[in-house]
Amino acid sequence: MQQDALILELQNGNERAFERIYHLYSESTYGIIYSIIRDEKIAEEVLQDVFLKIWDKAPSYSNDKGRFFTWILNIARNASIDKIRSKDFKNDRQNLKTDHFVDILETKTNFSEAVDSIGLKKYIDALKPVCKQLIDYLFFKGYTQKETSEELDMPLGTVKTRNRICIDKLRAMVIK
Amino acid sequence: MDIQKYISSGILELYVYGALSEKESREVSCVLKEYPEVKAEVEEIEKALLTLSAATAPNNAEHLIDSIKEKLGASSLRPAPKTTPLRTINWITYSGWAASLLLLIGLFVFFNRTNELREDLNAANARNVQMEEQIAKAREDAEKAEELLAVIRDRNVKRIPLEGQQIAPEAFASVYWNTKENTAYIDAKELPEPPRGKVYQVWSLTMQPLAPTSIGLLENFEADDNKVFSLENQNQSEAFGITLEPEGGSETPTMDQLYVLGTVAAP
Repeated sequence: MQQDALILELQNGNERAFERIYHLYSESTYGIIYSIIRDEKIAEEVLQDVFLKIWDKAPSYSNDKGRFFTWILNIARNASIDKIRSKDFKNDRQNLKTDHFVDILETKTNFSEAVDSIGLKKYIDALKPVCKQLIDYLFFKGYTQKETSEELDMPLGTVKTRNRICIDKLRAMVIK
Repeated sequence: MDIQKYISSGILELYVYGALSEKESREVSCVLKEYPEVKAEVEEIEKALLTLSAATAPNNAEHLIDSIKEKLGASSLRPAPKTTPLRTINWITYSGWAASLLLLIGLFVFFNRTNELREDLNAANARNVQMEEQIAKAREDAEKAEELLAVIRDRNVKRIPLEGQQIAPEAFASVYWNTKENTAYIDAKELPEPPRGKVYQVWSLTMQPLAPTSIGLLENFEADDNKVFSLENQNQSEAFGITLEPEGGSETPTMDQLYVLGTVAAP
């Protein structure tokens, strides 16, 4: 309910509500953007654009359609993909297919307080490769269930149930 | 609905990812509002994913908030939320109506003006046609007059004046007889208009013995402007006479209806 009220205030153009939303979602959004763009400076630019869009388009959000977080996720993924496809984005790593979120975690040293860095890192290391791939496609890259099933050569139903098991393990780790 | 089965199906994870179709997402949203345990499950999934993605951020992004807030004001996509929306709507509504009304008036005026112009154009076109007809007629008349002039100037033409007789002393006519072309031109300008159902008939006469031969009728007398009629005459005429006869003409002249008569002068 508290969350709903906050979103309503944002939709009414309340800047304080915007600040709260930013505080709640900016780091995760930044993580999504960075996992696609892999350039800190450009990811920062895109993050700013994404939050301006969130401000502009907030009135069009409805919880009938889905979660507010999911709505932000879509904006962030689309903005990032638009960016790497744009002419001014000349990045050699553009075609690195093997890139996924795990190698960001492995090379990262400065985790913020919100994340139990050591535990998470340990856990991610322990994740099965198939879980890493499923989460990367479905969550970070925004693939549909069907696209993921084709990409991993895995039946549609299996994608759904396997992913459930992977997220269960993640939750056990994150939410104590 | 078996909620535990629903939760363990894995659909809620896909829902949070945004991997479901719009229709499927709406369905899950409905279930979410109905079952608190589903909502709790979704919130936990979401929290796990928020934490995971936050972990992939290079650093925390709090320092960017000020520069973003500066741009919020400049953002033009969002309608200014502080102004009272009722006024804005009214103003837009009124100006919309006003614009519609102006447009309507404009269209009406334009429509009327167009109609006027169209009528003017039609009238001008009609006048044009009339003028053209008149010019054509004048040209035709001039040609006829020239023809007539040529007829009476011809050296082979004899002019025979026909004088008014008892029934119409004021009447008068002339025959221009081209003996070479065997054509008689009857100038009947001074004959009175024939009454309805009657027609003038022209006769060629020989005197010894007196014998009339019809050479033709002066048809469409009223309609003919110059009242000059051209008839064929191969007779050795000694005189010409014109009588009024019933429509279609007669075998022999009705002598008490003899209007004009004139003899051909001996050569």
